[in-house]
Amino acid sequence: MAITVSTVDENPTDTAVAPRPGDPEITAELVADHGLSEDEYERIKTMMGRVPTYTELGVFSAMWSEHCGYKNSRRLLRLLPTEAPWVIQGPGENAGVIDVGDGYALAFKIESHNHPSAVEPYQGAATGVGGILRDIFTMGARPVAILDSLRFGDLTSGRVRYLFGGVVSGVGDYGNCMGIPNIGGEVVFDRGYEGNPIVNAMCLGLMKKEELITASASGEGNSLMTVGARTGRDGIHGATFASDELSEDADEASRPRVQVGDPFTEKLLLEASLELIASGAISGIQDMGAAGITSSASEMAGRGGSGVEIDMALVPVRESGMTPYEILLSESQERMLVVAEKGKESEVQRILEKWELEAEVIGHVTSDGRFRVMEGGVTVADIPALPLTEGCPTYERDGVESPEVIALRARNLSEYLLPRGNMTQTFLKLLGSPNIASKQWVYHQYDTTVRTATVVRPGGSSGVIRIRGTNRAVAATTDCNGRFVYLEPRQGAMIAMAEAARNLVCVGALPTAITNNLNFGNPLKPHIYHQFREAVLGMSDACTAFETPVTGGNVSFYNETDGKAIYPTPVIGMVGVIEDVSKITPSTFQAEGDDIVLLGENTDEMGGSEYLYVTARLVAGAPPQVTLLAERALQQSVLAMIGGRHLKSAHDCSQGGLACTLAECALGEGEEPRGASVSLSDDLPPVALLFAESQGRILVSCAPAETERVLAIAGEHGVAAKTIGTVGAVGGSFQISLPQGSINCPSTAMAEVFFGAIPAIMDAPATSGA
Amino acid sequence: MKVAVVTFPGSNCDYDLYKAAQQVGAEPTFIWHRERGLDGYDAVLLPGGFSYGDYLRAGAIARMSPVMEDVIAYATKGGPVLGICNGFQILCEAGLLPGALVRNSGLKFASKDVLLRVERNNTIFTSSYTAGQVLRIPIAHGEGNYEADRETLERIEEGGQVVFRYVDSAGDTTDDANPNGSWHGIAGLVNEGGNVLGMMPHPERAMEDLLGSTDGIGVFTSLIASLSALAS
Repeated sequence: MAITVSTVDENPTDTAVAPRPGDPEITAELVADHGLSEDEYERIKTMMGRVPTYTELGVFSAMWSEHCGYKNSRRLLRLLPTEAPWVIQGPGENAGVIDVGDGYALAFKIESHNHPSAVEPYQGAATGVGGILRDIFTMGARPVAILDSLRFGDLTSGRVRYLFGGVVSGVGDYGNCMGIPNIGGEVVFDRGYEGNPIVNAMCLGLMKKEELITASASGEGNSLMTVGARTGRDGIHGATFASDELSEDADEASRPRVQVGDPFTEKLLLEASLELIASGAISGIQDMGAAGITSSASEMAGRGGSGVEIDMALVPVRESGMTPYEILLSESQERMLVVAEKGKESEVQRILEKWELEAEVIGHVTSDGRFRVMEGGVTVADIPALPLTEGCPTYERDGVESPEVIALRARNLSEYLLPRGNMTQTFLKLLGSPNIASKQWVYHQYDTTVRTATVVRPGGSSGVIRIRGTNRAVAATTDCNGRFVYLEPRQGAMIAMAEAARNLVCVGALPTAITNNLNFGNPLKPHIYHQFREAVLGMSDACTAFETPVTGGNVSFYNETDGKAIYPTPVIGMVGVIEDVSKITPSTFQAEGDDIVLLGENTDEMGGSEYLYVTARLVAGAPPQVTLLAERALQQSVLAMIGGRHLKSAHDCSQGGLACTLAECALGEGEEPRGASVSLSDDLPPVALLFAESQGRILVSCAPAETERVLAIAGEHGVAAKTIGTVGAVGGSFQISLPQGSINCPSTAMAEVFFGAIPAIMDAPATSGA
Repeated sequence: MKVAVVTFPGSNCDYDLYKAAQQVGAEPTFIWHRERGLDGYDAVLLPGGFSYGDYLRAGAIARMSPVMEDVIAYATKGGPVLGICNGFQILCEAGLLPGALVRNSGLKFASKDVLLRVERNNTIFTSSYTAGQVLRIPIAHGEGNYEADRETLERIEEGGQVVFRYVDSAGDTTDDANPNGSWHGIAGLVNEGGNVLGMMPHPERAMEDLLGSTDGIGVFTSLIASLSALAS
């Protein structure tokens, strides 16, 4: 990541600012309340050449929070590869941008809203979607797809059902109202997320390459204008809140820090912003997200190498009596900051007026490198801009692996490899686990077809959006198995990358780049820092091996409740390019009599599997090992098969193992559940053969006439491949026979379990006390 | 064939509808809700979306937009008006169609493909279909549960105003096939004059094999054919 960390200003200028009447006195306690350490405070004083005012302290508190300052992650993130010939914009902007061909560019990014969603699930999730959308359209791109990556505790808890239901409505209502299709994501339930749900939203936007605009403030004398909604007292210190741990009683107290979303205003803001960018009246635009005006104005000045002067008395507010401190740190939603070319302010206002929105000049760009804030002409904050945005101290800490995790990983799992009871019943139990069961309950609440571009909807391997006017499409997926990362962070992160890439190639997309959402616990704890470092290293290796650079992302630390951290969860949002839409391949079986071919090899690696969690409530063992070169060969072989039109379907083999993957291929979206007849002969324990989550496997189907060619292509790529069965009739029976034992059930019974599991829990009449 | 696609703040299927009109050879124009004058257009289309955020009630605020006076006048003179999803809600709010669309019976937004039975093909919107034909078309709405008082329901059923109904793959109306609790499985209906159609499903999203279905094309080709017949 191209970030220069400038340290203390060499020549602190004397810019005395008188304390504002009514401001509290700066005490050690007040500094601590603002989440700043003593060292950090000393650094601020040196940089300022004096004691900061209360307003300035608030500004530093936000900009040097973990959320904005990346102080515990920045150094390690520099290890990630960020460059490739197709990368137009790497990390550091509102969103990354890549070239997807035929003159089009794709802007994409993922962002978390974990803490707000834990406190107020509906608004927390809704504003998470709103924020990531603004990151995309402030690049000049029109948002064309949303994905959501969600994690909750076990659905047996009433509180978890409330969070899950609220988050899904929040994600849905915002995107639905904006008219942007949801094309995929993931939902995971595990006690590891009980107190601290994970809500990550990803957005893709398309633009012509020349429409790209960036978030920098340049051109002395150009005007800074707030655009969109008025500023209120909501979400003050949200960035600092996001950089803290949650506690049991945090809910009530923290609710005022959660913002409230208004997707209707955002829809108008979207249209107005794209029109503004096209008009040429503005030279920069940035979302007012975390830390509101503070971060947007100072970051634009920092990037532009300029300064800004803004007056809080000019900011349109929702209520009177707001202090500069409050206005600067408000996180009211649906607001943007734009830099209008001098003399074109009225044109900006005219465009905003058409969309029934406000735009007001609040200041201008300067050349003195200062972030200066006035209140009716009186200076209330005067801070050097670059040190403020880039001078946040960064730390590299000592990480130590937790002995508890070492012991869990070393756990001998052989007793769990013995079959327990009826194999078909165990299989159905897994299919009905909310982690494996169909997520239709979720995505049937999301508009997936608006904009008439969705070629592959949620439920497939990856979502696919065609690029109108071309023969191309883009595909996207989000993936991470937190259990694997918990048990062995480096492997786990590589697995997340490998799974994402497999999901893309299954629809026929070439993996191109990633955005990441690194959800972890408190980095000040050595074993959490260890998880973080290892995960970044694993991701880095996989990015290099797959030629998928990182173009941006988000770090979310302090995902802990009462001192207990979530599983480390580095969610990978990977995008890929499809050159010929006619080759897009579904994930489900298409025709009776087609051959089912398994690419890759089965193993007995049961560590971290859903089987262990469902049958023994256990998260233990070493996760399956992943070989990056083998994954790459597998990806290329599948792309070659799809390129030659040899396949009818392709599906990544992951959670629930081969048995559940076969079931998913057979069931599709449930309208025509098919049977299948499969025979496995590997010399492995039946439990492993059916349910191990070994890496490097993809299940494909093809017309029998193509099988020979499919096997040959696999061979040419050095990928193991064998025909393991035949696709059955709609409504037929589903059979897997093993050297010892078998699974045998009607596809209709399987469908009932797979599609009924989550509705049975969520739509059941509420029971008392839940 | 000139068609007006009326857009309100919060419309979000306007572009899809525009493209659908183009695909069948019509010449669409966007009309912003504050613009006036629909003379010279051969048909008026009200797109889906969340006009005014669906605040108050879906369609309730859009109905007060300046352009709606013109839409009402246009429809009253017999001009063809098609409202899809939010457009249907606005038409009900404006009194151009009877009844109301209330919260889905499941209380959740519903987005999926549904099956529709064409009840009549002797309308200007359905002449390309055969009566009884079953179509596969996406829905995406939170307030699509069609309700009317008993007298009104009897009147529209007797008058044959119901044009589309939710059905199962056998073509039968069943509770399971009804995605939102609409009375009598009503998915779309015309006014007494037959020149105003409102429907919750989105035919403009079912225009290409690549996207899963072409069953929606008929609504637009029917309209174009009827308009051409009128013109000649």
